[in-house]
Amino acid sequence: MEIPEKELLAPGHRACAGCGATIGVRLALKMLGENTVAVSATGCLEVITTPYPETSWKIPWIHVAFENAGAVASGVERALKAQGKDDVTVVAFAGDGGTADIGLQSLSGAMERGHNLIYICYDNEAYMNTGVQRSGATPYGASTTTTPHGEESFGENKPKKNIPMIMAAHGVPYVATASISYPEDFMMKVQKAKEVEGPAYIHLHQPCTTGWGYDSSKTIELGRLAVETGSWLLYEIVEGEFKITYRPLERKPVNVYLEAQKRFKHLADAEKEKIQNYVDEICAELKI
Amino acid sequence: MTSVGAVVRDPGSSIKNKTGSWRTFKPTLDKEKCIDCGNCILFCPEGCITKDYDIDYDYCKGCGICAEECPVKAIKMERE
Repeated sequence: MEIPEKELLAPGHRACAGCGATIGVRLALKMLGENTVAVSATGCLEVITTPYPETSWKIPWIHVAFENAGAVASGVERALKAQGKDDVTVVAFAGDGGTADIGLQSLSGAMERGHNLIYICYDNEAYMNTGVQRSGATPYGASTTTTPHGEESFGENKPKKNIPMIMAAHGVPYVATASISYPEDFMMKVQKAKEVEGPAYIHLHQPCTTGWGYDSSKTIELGRLAVETGSWLLYEIVEGEFKITYRPLERKPVNVYLEAQKRFKHLADAEKEKIQNYVDEICAELKI
Repeated sequence: MTSVGAVVRDPGSSIKNKTGSWRTFKPTLDKEKCIDCGNCILFCPEGCITKDYDIDYDYCKGCGICAEECPVKAIKMERE
């Protein structure tokens, strides 16, 4: 696969050392190219890339509120169409909070109306920018500042909301999950999303050194462990057709993923077993 | 045109902010050992490793991902 050299996200941004979100955006922009307009919901990405009066973006970019990335991306797409600029790609970037919780209604509307746009959710599994509060995408057992573990609690007590499947239920032509640790798989999916006529949704899993609690050098390794343990799945749904795009040769026990992170360190064996059973169930169904 | 909101007209202007000053550990690449796989370039959160494998220390925050992901351990992290 030919990977374009050109960087469309400039350095100097304020992301934590070892940030997974900026890796994801860099890779996505390489495939989307210069003829792209980006929309960002409130979140880490917006804060770190645009400390006024500076910007890291080398393409037109607009920041909108937490809840309306889907709506604004729709508007941008229609405005470009009205001007006859059909060749411009419109992409929205939002975090898991801006996607699974606050922006879900406007995203659902955009998907339903069938706009020709790409929506990429960079999922670090909590509200990292404001100090690690749980979101709908926080996985079972994770300790966050609003689901702290202690005598009364083992952390988040609900499973991760399955946003890609909610998007697939809209009947859009392209839905995919991806991980920054599998860049070729991710970039191939961005390319497909770009080529598709109509809405495309990519859910990008990206480890967060600050919120998950691991050394900054391990960002890629953690993303890989998520996939190799079956905790995160790589698939795509093209015109309703579901396909796994990567199968680990031998699935590792979830413990190796959980124990590498501070947010899961407190878990008792019973909870870890519950997580393993949950992963086993899904993987059995998908033959992973 | 009247502008509502904050407009930044200088694309990529965050380069004014030299994040290299954040660094505690500095990566150095042994080009003799390098096998030109491109992992470090691809995975750098700052995008500050060139196609010729030169690390831009003006922006490198020293996260260590490049050293961790180098399959031949050609990158060393040393305390500055």
